[in-house]
Amino acid sequence: MKIMVHRPDGSIEAVRGEDGLSVMEALRKAALVEGECEGALACASCHVWIEPEWADRLPPPDGAEEDMLDVAFNLKPTSRLSCQIMLTDQLDGLALRIPASG
Amino acid sequence: MIRVDVAIVGAGPVGLFAVFACGQLGLRCAVLDALPDPGGQLTALYPEKPIYDIPGRPTVRAGELVADLVQQAAAYDPVYWLGQRAMALAEDSDGTFRITGSAGETILARAVIIAAGVGAFGPNRPPLPGIEAYENRAVFYHVAQLERFRGRKLVIAGGGDSAVDWALSLTGVAAEVTVVHRRDDFRAHPASVAQMKADPRIRLLTPYQLAGLVGDGVTLSAIEVERIGGARERLEADCLLALFGLTGDLSSLASWGFDLDRKTIPVEPVTCATSRKGIYAIGDVAAYPGKLKLILTGFAEAANAAREAYARVHPGKALHVEHSTSRGVPGFQALERAG
Ligand SMILES: Cc1cc2nc3c(=O)[nH]c(=O)nc-3n(C[C@H](O)[C@H](O)[C@H](O)COP(=O)(O)OP(=O)(O)OC[C@H]3O[C@@H](n4cnc5c(N)ncnc54)[C@H](O)[C@@H]3O)c2cc1C
Ligand code: FES
Repeated sequence: MKIMVHRPDGSIEAVRGEDGLSVMEALRKAALVEGECEGALACASCHVWIEPEWADRLPPPDGAEEDMLDVAFNLKPTSRLSCQIMLTDQLDGLALRIPASG
Repeated sequence: MIRVDVAIVGAGPVGLFAVFACGQLGLRCAVLDALPDPGGQLTALYPEKPIYDIPGRPTVRAGELVADLVQQAAAYDPVYWLGQRAMALAEDSDGTFRITGSAGETILARAVIIAAGVGAFGPNRPPLPGIEAYENRAVFYHVAQLERFRGRKLVIAGGGDSAVDWALSLTGVAAEVTVVHRRDDFRAHPASVAQMKADPRIRLLTPYQLAGLVGDGVTLSAIEVERIGGARERLEADCLLALFGLTGDLSSLASWGFDLDRKTIPVEPVTCATSRKGIYAIGDVAAYPGKLKLILTGFAEAANAAREAYARVHPGKALHVEHSTSRGVPGFQALERAG
């Protein structure tokens, strides 16, 4: 499966995703996010903007993810912490953006 | 100024165990941390969470593990420098390192172990251009004295307990209080949230986030905010209290003379040697192929780095190897004799 990633510079990269990994893990392998806390919801270094057409197709953020988004910056209505999104075949083609900072 | 065998930067779990590992080899340590209390991430981020993968501890609360590590290290009487960031490193001609802390004091040591985790914990600063210039004048990350806020047009940014509690206590002090938060829900004590929402003197601006600072670089005249997904607006304000928790910052180690990736220090596996002689890195900050960022990995690295530090502190002197069961530990030996 592929994740379509829009980089801050405008370029687009197709990143390979694997079933059972989080989106953060796939993005981190491609050096696109840091994922500093290994998905423990303690860093927000995996913050991404989901493309609007995909936002409603993801399971919504739970309370702990919302709490961590409270200390992230550069937010958009479709901001998510990518460590909390698990890859499945239904997410093939998931499109997202890497925030310029934060 | 103090003189020890080994200076340890970072009093997280790994730095604390390094005190013990060095102590077992007869090396005295000083430990520095930017936080006022030891424990690193366990203290700053998850003191109440149970940990399940510490060998021999089926479950242990993070705060309890820290207390036990402090107790284990106490046998070797380490010098703690807490609430102080390690800023500069120099090396004398005889190979003694001098570490200067942010309070201006100096530690002299023959070897240095960096157990800096994700970096020195400090306030999570909003990435607003020019913010540094206003810090401690118009931009604050905590409240040291209420009086600094008297009569000011204050914006509090954040949605946790500290934002809500300070909004409630500063309404009587500041001329105006506006709370800017990215959503309508606050992750704070429900009674305090209700009290804040009911207080007509507190203006709530949700769902909004900070977008910029307007001023001359000394005095703030307005704060730009942005509706999430919407347009920018200007709030007339001369003071910002930004409460976004803690984050790690490794920048003060950048000029220490070892290689530093943005977030990690590459080391030789096993010896934990950095690219600078006499300086070792362990725990989350140390990187090598296949590294697992776990507390238990850091503990093993601490034991290895202690041996390397011994060779640096006592050049040419053979290390007599003994298990802890043979060597014992100062306090416990005394206890056993007494019993
Ligand atoms: C929510 C969460 C859950 C976790 N759960 C587990 C788990 O179940 N099991 C597990 O094994 N791991 C877990 N971890 C990871 C674990 O916490 C880390 O591996 C561990 O804290 C690393 O310890 P450390 O001593 O290397 O660094 P840290 O704990 O990060 O401590 C480093 C310390 O160094 C200080 N410091 C850095 N630079 C300086 C400087 N220049 N001057 C002064 N002080 C400085 C910092 O202020 C900090 O206190 C979890 C992490 C999080 C966030
Ligand atoms: S990796 Fe830290 S919050 Fe997602």
